[in-house]
Amino acid sequence: MKLLYFAWLRTRIGRAEEEVDPPADVATVEDLLRWLQGRGAGYAEALARPDLVRVAVNQEFAARDAPVASNDEVALFPPVTGG
Amino acid sequence: MAIRVQEEDFDIGAEIKALTLGRTEIGGVASFIGLVRDFVDPGAGQESTAIRGMTLEHYPGMTEKMLSRIEDEANRRWPLDATLIIHRVGALAPGDNIVLVVCAAAHREDALQACSFLIDWLKTQAPFWKSERTATGEKWVKAKQSDDVLAARWEKT
Repeated sequence: MKLLYFAWLRTRIGRAEEEVDPPADVATVEDLLRWLQGRGAGYAEALARPDLVRVAVNQEFAARDAPVASNDEVALFPPVTGG
Repeated sequence: MAIRVQEEDFDIGAEIKALTLGRTEIGGVASFIGLVRDFVDPGAGQESTAIRGMTLEHYPGMTEKMLSRIEDEANRRWPLDATLIIHRVGALAPGDNIVLVVCAAAHREDALQACSFLIDWLKTQAPFWKSERTATGEKWVKAKQSDDVLAARWEKT
């Protein structure tokens, strides 16, 4: 699974992207966020306020119960501030 | 219909001229230009802070996809002759252009409404993030709830 991080999620986690192989019980966006929180201090800090984290699966906004699979591109970012 | 995400500045006059050239069915053009402000909106009772610069980050791929979708939606809702969205990314200074939205239609009301819709939806749906640099450092801009309220005006009931 390819993970992408933007804005303060990128700076807190300390990387823009990575390949991960989550365990089989990671089936949804919610599961993935919980699993990522346990990957280290940067992740725990970045994901401490999950209400401020938006998720896109394969470049589409995804709800917390949306499924994630091993060949997906999953992006984590704060609410958008363009324009 | 055109979407551009770029680091370079844009020439507003040239862009509008190119969009309307030879298109004599167009009766009105509406545009919105977003600029880098030189201050951070102060909280209640607080002094405003000067902004020295801004960096715009985006999600290449998803950005273009969302902008195209928003543009398609505007064209479904209003009879438009031409639309253009240009959004800059990278390092910007106060006074710099950030975004240009242009809508051309036979009649002004369609052009004005579509332009307002496009910038409202762009602000809440297109994956761009601003960070502002002040004397005390660099800080990611927080999303404003007022932008969600403005975007929600265009939700179909």
